[in-house]
Amino acid sequence: MASGAAVTTTAGAREAGEGLGRLALRRFLADRVAVWSAAVVLAGLLLVLSSLAGLTATGWGDEVAVGHAPPHFLLLRETPERGAPEGRDADPAVRQSTGPAIGPASGPASGPTGAARGPTPSDVVDPIEVEMRLIGALADPRGREAPTSTAVVDPIAQELAAAEKSVRPHRIIPPEERAQSLPFGADKWGRDVLEKTVKGAETSILVGLAAALLATLIGSALGAVSGWFGGWVDDLSNWVYNVFNAIPGILLILAIAAVLDTKGTLSVVVILGLTGWTGVYRLVRGEYLKHREREYVRAASAIGASHLRRILVHVLPNVSHVILVQFSLLTVASIKAEVILSFLGFGVPVDGVSWGTMLTEAQNDLLVGIWWQLAAATLAMGLFVTALSLFTDALRDALDPRLTH
Amino acid sequence: MTAYAVRRLWQMIPTMAGVILLVFFLFNWVGGDPAYVLAGLFSSQEQIASIRRELGLDEALHVQLLIFLRQVLSFDFGNSWTTSEPVSRIFATRLPASLTVVGPLLIIETIVGVVFAVALAWVRGTWVDRSVMVLFTMGMSVSILVFIILGQYLLAYRLGWFPVQGWGESFGTNALVYAPLPILLGLIVSIAPNTRLFRSFVIDEIDQDYVRTARAKGLSEARVLFVHVLRNALIPVITFVVSNLPGLLLGAFLLERFFGIPGIGREIILAVERSDFPVIKAATVYVALATMIFNLIGDLLYRVADPRIQLR
Repeated sequence: MASGAAVTTTAGAREAGEGLGRLALRRFLADRVAVWSAAVVLAGLLLVLSSLAGLTATGWGDEVAVGHAPPHFLLLRETPERGAPEGRDADPAVRQSTGPAIGPASGPASGPTGAARGPTPSDVVDPIEVEMRLIGALADPRGREAPTSTAVVDPIAQELAAAEKSVRPHRIIPPEERAQSLPFGADKWGRDVLEKTVKGAETSILVGLAAALLATLIGSALGAVSGWFGGWVDDLSNWVYNVFNAIPGILLILAIAAVLDTKGTLSVVVILGLTGWTGVYRLVRGEYLKHREREYVRAASAIGASHLRRILVHVLPNVSHVILVQFSLLTVASIKAEVILSFLGFGVPVDGVSWGTMLTEAQNDLLVGIWWQLAAATLAMGLFVTALSLFTDALRDALDPRLTH
Repeated sequence: MTAYAVRRLWQMIPTMAGVILLVFFLFNWVGGDPAYVLAGLFSSQEQIASIRRELGLDEALHVQLLIFLRQVLSFDFGNSWTTSEPVSRIFATRLPASLTVVGPLLIIETIVGVVFAVALAWVRGTWVDRSVMVLFTMGMSVSILVFIILGQYLLAYRLGWFPVQGWGESFGTNALVYAPLPILLGLIVSIAPNTRLFRSFVIDEIDQDYVRTARAKGLSEARVLFVHVLRNALIPVITFVVSNLPGLLLGAFLLERFFGIPGIGREIILAVERSDFPVIKAATVYVALATMIFNLIGDLLYRVADPRIQLR
């Protein structure tokens, strides 16, 4: 129960001999489960980085195989010819003309763009659009004017054009060159499930990390100020906390999703960040309340350290273990929440891919007996989130030796 | 205790005021002009002006806030923007379906969770305990969606043991035909988190002095666990369940959506999809109120069950 038991690396490194941070690290390394889970988490993060840097899964959007091409390990079974995917081929002219025109093929960096609101990218051909094109009423998305003889004005032409522009350039592979089978199969459009899983991991994990970071920042800042200054600042923050806590999380998430006009990856981060901070706030506030009266803080005050300096330099390192564990917990929660939000259609837009959008597609696939996309997304998410959860548990045990379970 | 309850009720007022302010801020300010949402993409200036007049949007902000406050206090949020059904009737008619699923689910999942928790505490520290806990961690890492998708596909679509989805007119049909599969899947999803939480309640009790005394008296481990420990561990369980009741009502929204159950959760999802603000606003305000009241009931129950607790 030593008062400094929770000092982490920053403070610990300054001490002579073996620091407490090093002790925590040794405790962590002694735990076999912890080391393995840390390795898996690290591997996942490296995969995200490589995908982000454009090294892996650059071609996730390319239709490299026939629709619903089976995985290699199922090749012994017959390979059903499911014909060309409905959407992509229906309008090859638009595809080819827009494809190369849009910037360099920078791959994943373009990512899901927020511009594709409402009308879907050309993955799905809108029957109305086809019809209107037939009657010559539609202003061509490429910018040509619609025939003036018809009085009909396409009401969503602008949106459609914007959506067309935002669609990533795809490599066009003629149907006869498409693979009949892929290592882990293909989705409805013939996209490689493995590449999609990697790309989906990038989106899901990044969203999880960003949302957790936002929530942790809000919670820690508010908690630190609230616990440190007390008085009316504390009362005000507590009031805000009570208000956010009174509304069940799901409802608050949905309410914010309803008012946010732009549906996209950034919205998910904002929604989850704005709703997830309360737990961090409560804990950090408690820690600052406790540390405010500690002797080392009073000593710092006596030598004239400012409030800001005491909050950030003196106390923060001593409560950082709480924040770190909360951040880790929030990441797990955010990844799970992103999946559900994307499934409901309030999350990652259709031109992006995340584990959530994969599961959504997989639900329809399953009805025709296509299970590999479901399996891939489930396995990837299960593995990473399990590892992250176990890592969090181990982290808590290592950083706070007073906890014994 | 009455004084405590009165004071807690009194303290709800600022929180409730905050909830109302937050909802007002979200829907009238962040959400943009509701008239544009309501009128749609293709609307004339006159249409928008008339909608603004109807909703009181051309009034000053504080007048709008008063209008909202009156709605909250009179339990009258007007009509749904999409179906023109009174909001109050939407909730009244959707509640039975939600309760048919959530009611039995809550009872069964609590009992199963407690039994699992005590069973795990019985073998605590052994490989059984550890492997079950790892299994639960893995289960919790897989998205709820996967359990529902697979459960619906295997048990209903492939095996045909249950209807794939649907909802009937009579309570009997609903409870016996349509509700069992959602309840079963809800149970499967909730076992892991509930057991983990309840197990920690049991473990908290197991090192207490009275347990040592009971063992010292020569009682069997089963009697110690199921009579002495369980009675005390049940207190936080009951508090937890009671305070989470309003949230649970919403929490079944995924089940309701997958199985086409016309409940409150599904209604809220639909409202979010259609930007049906009155429904979401009403749900947020009243569920927040219900949550606060049930939290208070939970705390009071805690006091009743454990007189040592001093409520301040």
